[in-house]
Amino acid sequence: MRHLMSPLDFSVEELEKLMSLASDIEKNPEKYAHKCAGKKLATCFYEPSTRTRLSFEAAMLNLGGSVLGFSSADSSSAAKGESVSDTLRVISCYADICAIRHPKEGAPLVASIHSGIPVINAGDGGHQHPTQTLTDLFTIHSLHGEIRDLTIGLCGDLKFGRTVHSLINALVRYPGIRFVLISPEELRVPDYIREEVLDKNNIPYVEVEKLEEAMPNLDILYMTRVQKERFFNEEDYIRMKDFYILDRDKMSLAKESMMVLHPLPRVNEISVEVDEDPRAAYFRQAQYGVYIRMALILTLLGLEE
Amino acid sequence: MLNISGIHEGYVLDHIQAGMSLQIYHDLKLDQSEHTVAIIMNAKSQKMGTKDIIKIECSPEDIDLDVLGFIDHKITVNIIKDEKICEKRVLTLPKEVKNVIKCKNPRCITSIEQGLDQVFLLTDEETETYRCKYCEEKYIRIQ
Repeated sequence: MRHLMSPLDFSVEELEKLMSLASDIEKNPEKYAHKCAGKKLATCFYEPSTRTRLSFEAAMLNLGGSVLGFSSADSSSAAKGESVSDTLRVISCYADICAIRHPKEGAPLVASIHSGIPVINAGDGGHQHPTQTLTDLFTIHSLHGEIRDLTIGLCGDLKFGRTVHSLINALVRYPGIRFVLISPEELRVPDYIREEVLDKNNIPYVEVEKLEEAMPNLDILYMTRVQKERFFNEEDYIRMKDFYILDRDKMSLAKESMMVLHPLPRVNEISVEVDEDPRAAYFRQAQYGVYIRMALILTLLGLEE
Repeated sequence: MLNISGIHEGYVLDHIQAGMSLQIYHDLKLDQSEHTVAIIMNAKSQKMGTKDIIKIECSPEDIDLDVLGFIDHKITVNIIKDEKICEKRVLTLPKEVKNVIKCKNPRCITSIEQGLDQVFLLTDEETETYRCKYCEEKYIRIQ
């Protein structure tokens, strides 16, 4: 039985298979409409999430399956003090596959150890959010045809942003990838990403503070939100939250073929005037997220053929 | 010169960094055992200047050498049988360390999940890096 804890759980070849399945789902949705008939997905969300939970549920419903679950720790037995491992032992009796989000890092791994069904990590604190990374990779793959020879700008909170860390880790496995890391001094990418991932894999990268400087060279701009919940200090958050705002003027500096991605939710970092720009791909990215989750559910249930 | 008699069967842990023997005594859970233990601190050493030594009278299988490899793999382990050194064992960094150290990340699941083993995995042999199995937080040794 296979689980998904980290985007690196899949090899590049396996990811290629997963993405080609997701592409086929996009082109022929009716072919997959009943693939999961009679199967149930449990969404165990110990902290609030709109997009990820609904994306998983939409994915399972699109496959003809059904969903059950809870959307906050208060409405689960965790409020009574039940452990994650006990909860998953029980959920295994009710469902065929489970997506779990938990504020504690490593909780999905604990769940997977005790589970009798495949477990998908749907986000664990600041640690991993593999299906977001799969979504990002599939979006790049769909928009550019393949993942290679790209200059990718990552902008915003590169220190606490788990999506950014996961994406870097996943992208360094592809040829010809260059990074432009755009952040204020205080939110630079952590040392271990620089040393253990970028330097170790000889990946070219530059670190800059001004978004305008980076714009003309980018093939992809990945914007992130400065997340309030990752700061211990309100003052620091307020100082950082509006550091970058992508607007029409900045977009005019970019290539015609550049694409803007964002894991969403967007707050102020992308002005709404950019939404009309054909290069704004973040809402399409949410759609790609459903396709890749459908492909993942099929793969983990062994129904991909 | 302090004299400590030899042991009949057990271990002599030599070349322990001076000052570290008490920590090792606890990490090997010798404080919870009934073995006879002698701790020699600040002994003179040609190689190290000063060193600590621990002698333990026990059966060889009573000590978890994996733990010792994690604590300090440069320690010399002499296995004693019939009052003689019968084997010198080379310690290696264990791939996994269970319930010896605790994850200090307050956001880690180990901070709330009852009965969960504290497990650290060797992720980089060259830099002797251990990371929590669950949250991947790096373990930082305090020397």
